[in-house]
Amino acid sequence: MKRAGFTNVWLPIALLLPQLSIIAIFFYWPAGWALQSSFYLQDPFGFGSTFVGFENYTDLTRNREYLRIAGFTVVFCGLVTFFSLALALLLAVKADKVIRGAKTYRTLLMWVYAIAPPVAGFMGIMFFDQRNGPITEFFQVLGWDFKLGVNYFDTATAMIMVSVWKQIPVNFIFFLSGLQSIPRAVREAAMIDNRSAAGRFWGVTFPLLAPTAFFLLIINITYALFDTFGIIDTLMKGEPGNNPMTLVYKVYLDGFRGNDLGGSSAQSVILMILVLALTVFQFRLIERRIHYT
Amino acid sequence: MTFFKLSTAAVAATLAATSVFAETEITWWHAMGGQLGETVNQIAADFNAAQDDYTITPVYKGSYEETLTAGIAAFRAGEQPNIMQVFDAGAATVIGAKGATVPVQDLLEANGVAFDINDYISGVRYFYADSEGKMIGMPFNSSSPIMYFNVDALAAAGVSAPKTWEEFQTVTAPALKAAGYIALSQSHLPWIFTENFMSRHNLPFATNNNGYDGTDTKILVNNDAIKNHFTSVLDWKEAGFFEWYGTGWGDNAKPFEEGKVAMWLGSSGSFGGLLQKDLGFEFSATNLPYWEAVTTEPTQTFIGGAALFAMAGKSADENKATAEFFKFLTSADVQYFWHQATGYVPITEAAYEVAKADGHYDRFPAAEVGIQQLSLAAGENTKGYRMGFYVQIRDVMNREYGRILTGETSVEEAFQNIETEANQLLARFAKTQG
Repeated sequence: MKRAGFTNVWLPIALLLPQLSIIAIFFYWPAGWALQSSFYLQDPFGFGSTFVGFENYTDLTRNREYLRIAGFTVVFCGLVTFFSLALALLLAVKADKVIRGAKTYRTLLMWVYAIAPPVAGFMGIMFFDQRNGPITEFFQVLGWDFKLGVNYFDTATAMIMVSVWKQIPVNFIFFLSGLQSIPRAVREAAMIDNRSAAGRFWGVTFPLLAPTAFFLLIINITYALFDTFGIIDTLMKGEPGNNPMTLVYKVYLDGFRGNDLGGSSAQSVILMILVLALTVFQFRLIERRIHYT
Repeated sequence: MTFFKLSTAAVAATLAATSVFAETEITWWHAMGGQLGETVNQIAADFNAAQDDYTITPVYKGSYEETLTAGIAAFRAGEQPNIMQVFDAGAATVIGAKGATVPVQDLLEANGVAFDINDYISGVRYFYADSEGKMIGMPFNSSSPIMYFNVDALAAAGVSAPKTWEEFQTVTAPALKAAGYIALSQSHLPWIFTENFMSRHNLPFATNNNGYDGTDTKILVNNDAIKNHFTSVLDWKEAGFFEWYGTGWGDNAKPFEEGKVAMWLGSSGSFGGLLQKDLGFEFSATNLPYWEAVTTEPTQTFIGGAALFAMAGKSADENKATAEFFKFLTSADVQYFWHQATGYVPITEAAYEVAKADGHYDRFPAAEVGIQQLSLAAGENTKGYRMGFYVQIRDVMNREYGRILTGETSVEEAFQNIETEANQLLARFAKTQG
């Protein structure tokens, strides 16, 4: 087999350069600064600063509130990932079977994808409004005195519901194309072997969807960790108060609202390590066990 | 309508003037949105129209927190505005960074503008001053928490606005409840029920002379007076006398504006906004109540709102322009205009006299409450407080108070947490200054 290759060493470098410089300028450089300032406590205006070693990190581990936020982040990520994957899968399976008006149906389901997170959050504020939000009124009919921005649990519910709603279309698109790429012959063979629709789904369709599902799992965890920022920020209406929040929101609060650069940098370094671990997990542990067709 | 016409004319005049003369241009970053922002633009346009040497451009930078952050980032990049508005909670940050600002007193004196701190009303003199009493930031939108009330609701219940919390819980609130109202809501628990709880009762808020004399400060918030107060607030909530609608300012003001809540603790600077709204009932205001059990001689409250800081690193010409603008801003007429349009207090005695002479308080008695409260007897603990990372300390308070009011924690535990976390933040801040 003949291998294609570059004759000149500089051409590939030149081709890679735009991408590499973007990563260097927008990731490595700020990441390096964050790492450095996480070892200092510095005056916001840049006059005084004290080297404190790992104190910014140890302060975090001793801070009960930080641990509580970390706990909420885990629950939040778990629920958002689970519900947005499960509901999208259900919708995709059902949409896959629709023949008449299939395009309209799919377009309607994908629509939400085009909405920016802060806009989704703003719609959430209207739907969950304390006085006349339709979802609030619906909950009240059910006997739940729902209060956004007052009750921790209620606000968390609203954040999760809006985040799930926003993410379903992405998952839906991937699941649907995954379903449609399953060969007809395989489905027909399964029809003969197993008469139960549920049995066919879990025995044949779902394993064939596994690569898609795994890819989406990682995408959804990072979505829940980072991209929900706009939704959380909008639903909080500018006042953290006793509202739930995720770790990335806490980074923002301490850094940009509180001007505690050292503490905020330490938190972002922790998040970087978390993402690094997630990536290693993705490539090393699970990818080996999943067969891509 | 005339207001709009006037401002349009003034802007047009300014634009015309700019194109003819070479003027010194200065910028002013502020956090005044909505109706307040229009008033700020009006003042700037008036200044530009009043003389030919300087042009000031006001820029709205978002909330108080956002404005401070934007100003800090700009300073580090060497692109700071000439004037930056910093709110009460950010005072320690901006004043602590010596070299970031030119003390307003030095700026005025260096540019030949007469300055006497005693021209200012007593409640605003020292809040933005250093420990020696030198004024660092120019108090701008100064307000104090006062109690607004629905005159019709109180008449229906047959009560008058309470002077003390004892009167509130035994007389006013039960009568209002019987008349079908929620008696009370408030819009800022750290400001109204913490900081000003301390100043109203002349209680020390922090060590080191409320934090003015050093950075190794400890907060003194975990005391019986305030814990009893919050226990009472919780009792009122259970009895249907008080309601809490979340941490947001507007969420708690709205039920009052809608006529469901009879009395609302807000800012004296809310007056202009309330007046503009068609509330459908008559409203008035009175002083922030106090506990007779804590003190029989209630003192003045702290100023809230924000001050204007002259940023360092600007040319002498621009600093001269800034000084001239401050002179214009503190003139009695401009202060009276600002006071009338917004409800923020006039910061000088002279402006207060102009307002009185003009009959402003005969027309709107509620407009005088803020300044009267700031002119009450002072105590050793009422000049202000100075604590670093105070924005976060306020967030900790808001969080714990929210938990008290939703039954997630007890008053005792909440204040324990506030004390511990606030002291940790203060210790961290002290290191940033090292």
